[in-house]
Amino acid sequence: MLVRLATTASIEFLIALRNRWVVIAAAMMGLFALVLSVAGAAPTGDIGVDHLSVTVASLTSLAVYLVPLIALLVSFDAIAGEAERGTLALHLTYPVSRGEILGGKLAAQTAVIALAVGTGYAVAAITSFALGGAGAVAGLAALWRLVWTSVLLGATFLSLGHMLSCLARRPSGAAGLGVALWLVAVVLYDLGLLAGIVADDGGGFTTRVFPWLLVANPADSFRIYNLAASEAVGAASGLAGAAASIATWKPLASLLFWPVAAALMARAAFGRVLP
Amino acid sequence: MTILTLSRLTRRHDDLVALDAVNLTLAAGERVALIGHNGAGKSTLMKLVLGLLRPSEGTADIAGHAPGSPVARALTAYLPENVAFHPAVTGREQLRHYLRLRGAPAGQADALLEKVGLAEAAGRRIGAYSKGMRQRLGLAQALIGQPRLMLLDEPTSGLDPVSRAEFYALLGDLSAQGTAILLSSHALSEIEARTDRVVVLSRGRKVAEGPIARLRAEAALPLTLILHPTADGRPQVAAAFPEAVPQGPVLAVSFLPADKLAVTRRIAAVAQSLVDYEIEAAGLDAVYASISRRAA
Repeated sequence: MLVRLATTASIEFLIALRNRWVVIAAAMMGLFALVLSVAGAAPTGDIGVDHLSVTVASLTSLAVYLVPLIALLVSFDAIAGEAERGTLALHLTYPVSRGEILGGKLAAQTAVIALAVGTGYAVAAITSFALGGAGAVAGLAALWRLVWTSVLLGATFLSLGHMLSCLARRPSGAAGLGVALWLVAVVLYDLGLLAGIVADDGGGFTTRVFPWLLVANPADSFRIYNLAASEAVGAASGLAGAAASIATWKPLASLLFWPVAAALMARAAFGRVLP
Repeated sequence: MTILTLSRLTRRHDDLVALDAVNLTLAAGERVALIGHNGAGKSTLMKLVLGLLRPSEGTADIAGHAPGSPVARALTAYLPENVAFHPAVTGREQLRHYLRLRGAPAGQADALLEKVGLAEAAGRRIGAYSKGMRQRLGLAQALIGQPRLMLLDEPTSGLDPVSRAEFYALLGDLSAQGTAILLSSHALSEIEARTDRVVVLSRGRKVAEGPIARLRAEAALPLTLILHPTADGRPQVAAAFPEAVPQGPVLAVSFLPADKLAVTRRIAAVAQSLVDYEIEAAGLDAVYASISRRAA
């Protein structure tokens, strides 16, 4: 089983490398991180927090958009592409299970995400040390938290991408569904919640339903967990104020729950695919 | 020894019957061709044997194992129709992956690629391969680990005549080593001398099965005699064969297989007026057309 997982993962990583997803993802994260950490230099003096912690707060807001997008871009072709090329039917006649195929792809693509966020955040850290001096050491814990939560968030959207790839059957359809999912989960969901809060005007929705809805979304959990766990700059996010009342374990549990749940959903969708 | 047994294998999809109660057995070393129109059920039959589809009724049995079971998968090799591997990897990388998935040493990749004539292209990306080269790569992966049963869906489409001959030579070696081969084809004339048996499918039903010579005899299709008269011999030949149809410089006569000897005697009678003559048997395509007409 390990051999089959490893060979699937290695050829998938090779494909991601040759398709330049690794380079594109790492360059995208690196570039944005550089801009944010340079731009984030201004306010440090005023609030008395180290440069890196400020940068991490900005990076959180960036990663919540970028990491799901990269993950969906890397994963949408996984099953639909094989179905279109005709290799899916072939693969499924080999002595390899559907779980192993999906697991191998997930492992390789998670490595792509890890490389991308690793590169981006390393650029941010180096810039912060260069601009803010040794004080940036205080922000290293927050940065590390950002790294592993980004990988968890990425793994969630990779598996969701695999699920869409199974449901769509064709790569173009899977790409369209991916964009739609990204818009809904990362952009429209928050707007909907904000609209709900405004309309509710401090009623039952805001106090009881809203915190759970916020935690139910992996992207929001990622943002809340990183901002709440770091005492740095809550003001960096509009929703952070509203989320201040949520206990830290809830978004953490959501971040740990989603990668597993999404992988199981992808496996279930794959089980229904007839080559 | 029987490798594959299908009993009343049926696959229905909504109202459509893709495969209708097909019985078939394949012994070790046998080469059997599935022929039929598009949609006749050839690919469906293969997918049922591979466990990619589940039968609505009936069973398939691969050397005592159920389709799709781990042992059946290990015993069976498959070449899908029009398979296109990922363009970004090289032929060698792709084949090493397939070897590892089968638990075989990845080091065999180069030997297999050489066997199918891809040794020089091994390090090139599949995106730069021609259709024929992709088909050869597909065949290379089907050769991994001496499979007991080989299912090849339209294996020679996209191959040039020389490659086809090499391809069938490889299949001959495999069947000599005991691999049972089931292949589907549109190119009926090419399988004529290279398979032991053909199975004709029409709208999901098996309408004929047997060695090609027997199917041809059963179809009793007319033979065609082509007569080449000498420069001044044409009137004599035309008189001896009043039923002949002129076709430019030659005369064509259609006759039934039963009259073969009588026709030969008539040829001998006008031998001094002939430069040459040929007798053409109906091709497999004509036999197939006749069987399909009868089945319809």
